[in-house]
Amino acid sequence: AASEKKLLEVKLGELPSWILMRDFTPSGIAGAFQRGYYRYYNKYVNVKKGSIAGLSMVLAAYVFLNYCRSYKELKHERLRKYH
Amino acid sequence: MNENLFTSFITPVILGLPLVTLIVLFPSLLFPTSNRLVSNRFVTLQQWMLQLVSKQMMSIHNSKGQTWTLMLMSLILFIGSTNLLGLLPHSFTPTTQLSMNLGMAIPLWAGAVITGLRNKTKASLAHFLPQGTPTPLIPMLVIIETISLFIQPMALAVRLTANITAGHLLIHLIGGATLALMSISTTTALITFTILILLTILEFAVAMIQAYVFTLLVSLYLHDNT
Repeated sequence: AASEKKLLEVKLGELPSWILMRDFTPSGIAGAFQRGYYRYYNKYVNVKKGSIAGLSMVLAAYVFLNYCRSYKELKHERLRKYH
Repeated sequence: MNENLFTSFITPVILGLPLVTLIVLFPSLLFPTSNRLVSNRFVTLQQWMLQLVSKQMMSIHNSKGQTWTLMLMSLILFIGSTNLLGLLPHSFTPTTQLSMNLGMAIPLWAGAVITGLRNKTKASLAHFLPQGTPTPLIPMLVIIETISLFIQPMALAVRLTANITAGHLLIHLIGGATLALMSISTTTALITFTILILLTILEFAVAMIQAYVFTLLVSLYLHDNT
């Protein structure tokens, strides 16, 4: 069945049932964020010779998210003949 | 130009939800904690910096004032990191909002003053009158000292707001001018670009200095009152 498989092992037809099976309770969502955070932290920051890449990837994602947030105002400042 | 100059200072709201909460909480992600003696480079660097700053700032206080170390260190970290993150393109800086800076300044100042009034009432009231003033001047001087005391939290908040907001506005304006000048006269655009580079370096300095000044002044108010 599609239960307890990792996302890359789930077949396309089983995808809806896999998504519905995820834990969408608040503690489940918090757990997902926590696991995601520690996955990134342990891969890029918590290593013996961490470099600037660990921090700068986070900052680049922050800049990108802020750009998406303010796209609505920014699209009026493009160099176009008709806005 | 009028409308979009100030749109970067609007509190971010997405679908009516306060996104600004997430933006205010974001710097905390950049300061991981570690229980180990020897941790990774990132945490070690931050611990070294924190030790340097706390030794420099808290050494002037007595033991009662040093109970405020945690508060002042988190204050300088928060203001410094928030200001520096605000220099990234398109980001929102919470410290440009007067409401937030007042919310930081007033409780801290009030805490320092009330601590002084409760524990060393005579000494803290004596601050209202500098030593050696001629007798006829005393009433006026007390009034002046009271006004200068009550203006301290306002000055703290407004100083931080104005400095950061003015810096961001200047960057926007000069950047816009550089872009507009590129098609008109490339040399002037290059000069304006150099000004922009220098201004950005200044803004990095200002970001950190403002954090330092805020925290230093709160610590001074504390020193007077413990």
